[in-house]
Amino acid sequence: MKVTLERAALLRSLGHVHRVVERRTTIPVLSNVLLRAGSDGLRLQATDLDLQVVETATADVADAGATTVPAHTFYDIVRKLPDGSQVVLEQTGDTGTLTIRAGRSRFTLQTLAESDFPDLAAGDLPIRFELSASDLKRLIDKTQFAISTEETRYYLNGIFLHAMEVEGNSVLRAVATDGHRLARVEMPAPKGTAGMPGVIIPRKTVSEVQRLVEDPNGSVLIELSATKVRFTLGDVVLTSKLIDGTFPDYARVIPAGNDKQLIVDKAEFVSAVDRVSTISSERGRAVKLALNDGKLTLSVTNPDSGSATEEIEVDYGASALDIGFNSRYLLDIAAQIDNDTALLKLADPGSPTLIQDKEGSSALYVLMPMRV
Amino acid sequence: MAAAPGFCRDCLTEAGDGPRCTACGSPRLARHAEINQLTVSHIDCDAFFATIEKRDNPDIRDKPVIVGGAKRGVVSTACYIARINGVHSAMPMFKALKLCPEAVVVKPNHAKYSAVGREVRALMRELTPLVEPVSIDEAFLDLAGTERVHGMPPARVLARFARRVEEELGITVSVGLAPNKFLAKIASDLEKPRGFAIIGRADARDFLHDKPITIIPGIGPAARIRMEKKGIRTVGDVRRFTPREIGELYGAYGLSLWNLAHGEDNRRVKPERETKSVSAETTFNEDISDREQLEAILWTLSERVATRLKASEFAGSRITLKLKSPDFKSRTRTRTLDSPTRLAGRIFETGRELLKNEARGERFRLIGIGVEELCPIAEADPPSLLDPNLKRRIAAEAAVDKLKGKFGADAVKRGIVFKR
Repeated sequence: MKVTLERAALLRSLGHVHRVVERRTTIPVLSNVLLRAGSDGLRLQATDLDLQVVETATADVADAGATTVPAHTFYDIVRKLPDGSQVVLEQTGDTGTLTIRAGRSRFTLQTLAESDFPDLAAGDLPIRFELSASDLKRLIDKTQFAISTEETRYYLNGIFLHAMEVEGNSVLRAVATDGHRLARVEMPAPKGTAGMPGVIIPRKTVSEVQRLVEDPNGSVLIELSATKVRFTLGDVVLTSKLIDGTFPDYARVIPAGNDKQLIVDKAEFVSAVDRVSTISSERGRAVKLALNDGKLTLSVTNPDSGSATEEIEVDYGASALDIGFNSRYLLDIAAQIDNDTALLKLADPGSPTLIQDKEGSSALYVLMPMRV
Repeated sequence: MAAAPGFCRDCLTEAGDGPRCTACGSPRLARHAEINQLTVSHIDCDAFFATIEKRDNPDIRDKPVIVGGAKRGVVSTACYIARINGVHSAMPMFKALKLCPEAVVVKPNHAKYSAVGREVRALMRELTPLVEPVSIDEAFLDLAGTERVHGMPPARVLARFARRVEEELGITVSVGLAPNKFLAKIASDLEKPRGFAIIGRADARDFLHDKPITIIPGIGPAARIRMEKKGIRTVGDVRRFTPREIGELYGAYGLSLWNLAHGEDNRRVKPERETKSVSAETTFNEDISDREQLEAILWTLSERVATRLKASEFAGSRITLKLKSPDFKSRTRTRTLDSPTRLAGRIFETGRELLKNEARGERFRLIGIGVEELCPIAEADPPSLLDPNLKRRIAAEAAVDKLKGKFGADAVKRGIVFKR
């Protein structure tokens, strides 16, 4: 194998694929990136057995061939090579090494046989639809923070993506929850989602896709079956297993009868919550919201350090209410509100609260209160 | 040459030069050149569980007594009569009974032992605030600076304490007095039972010289074999190395080893050991492979852990399952919850998930479950969107706890326990 290509092109593609490679692996070849030089350029491929990223970089291929090299080391080398340089990758004979040359630098890396490199066979992916990159980004951005990290409920370790009918319209919905908060965002269903199974896209896949969405004007092809999903973003193809589990019936968690309406200026609310929570301890981050006739008093009491209160004017006409929330969770959600005003629908200090844009929006959030 | 200074351990009278107390005639004299300067002490109750059982049942006072589990269990404590026959703690019960067939086996009553342990500790705290409990029946004490409070040097305070424990609690202790924790711990073991041994700064090195390397805490059978290959058998052998050489061989531990071998130990006596985890485990009468059976036991253990958590007002978020195979290999599996818990139900569910991956027809001799990353109970089990019944589960467990408090631990049992 002998390939010459721009350092910038190699760095960009390698940057996309090498992140999939885990720092610690049980199978040596999983630490490597597969390089395959062919008529279409240099194909780079990496996997952790659950997720696989493939990208083809434009390259001048003198000799076709394939090998694998340690992904992170290779990436670090290319990263440090001088900007604008031409990189030559060469494997000669059966020495078991790959030579990397650029300018006056020369490296050799141990290789492992490409025949041992696993391929994540996607199988048949019958559902096929396209999303604009900005829509996909929105679905992810607004739900990702609520993904659970607890392994016991593994079926919550991802975003639940599904198509459904809402009041006669087909929508595509993304939902994530960890039991403390829930995020739900939807958009008109794109063509091709009819008959789509509800799928749970694992957290790592979600964050890789999020990073790969660079050009908001581009579009993403999504293909899926009940067990696998594939995202095609320009030159990059990401294939992932789906979480094999049943996402809980989240609809019953979303309160319908919360009649106490609180309307706040988002920026003012966020800074006030942020300010008072400075005093909260690392673990117990409860902020208390005392609501009474157009007035919201935020307070935090930390027996170890002190207390803080702040009062803001709000639009609230229902009966007085004291309710506590995890301030971190409250800020996470508030950060997702797109407009200037947020609407909170409350019931009582022990029941879930609904949070959304005042103008109404395709995104809504549910937050469980804390005892205060 | 005049005898070293000392006093009578029975009546605290200043010792003369003779072998017996000039006041009461007792031969139990404590003597040491540094007796009035040393302050660090290790106090260890003698055959604690067995002694308590004998105290409470005079019929078995003169018989060999073994406290421990039934057929397949292990010896937790053997009294000194049983020890003469070679019985020691952690020995499998069948082996112990082979060595000492006439022994009386008593099932352990841990509630009683901890009550007595607390009484002993309360008496220790009257001597100094620097009491560092090591386990239920032993502790380090530092009596530095207490001489004016007590009107006597630490050695006498300790002798008076030992006498008081015998009189008031009916059990005996052994005392070690030394310049540091390492030596104090060794000293308390020297004259057991009812011992009182002193190792001073000046005689520490001579004392340690011929002692086997295993006298140093942390050197077990495996380390002993490794060190023998380097020609290290006794503590004195360690001293032939420079700190640098021993550091190269054994790393940071090597340096502390070198210090200990020279009788140096700068660890302080730290009052109160923080509770870091709460756990429970059990060894089976017969090896078990059936998962349902394992789960039933796991439930009982989870309940025990939860009860202890609630009693100490703790909750924890890391759950660890422990299993031991018939060839004594143990393995642990851990999972972190997204919120701390004190509920037997949540502990059990997590343990059961972990067990699912392990109990695949294999046989086990022991199962245990523990909770770590402890925090105040107020932070436990926050309301959850996905578990709307959580509040009711907390209330249900509290109600069951109340019933058990009133009618005993067997008052309410879950159906799973009766499955077979």
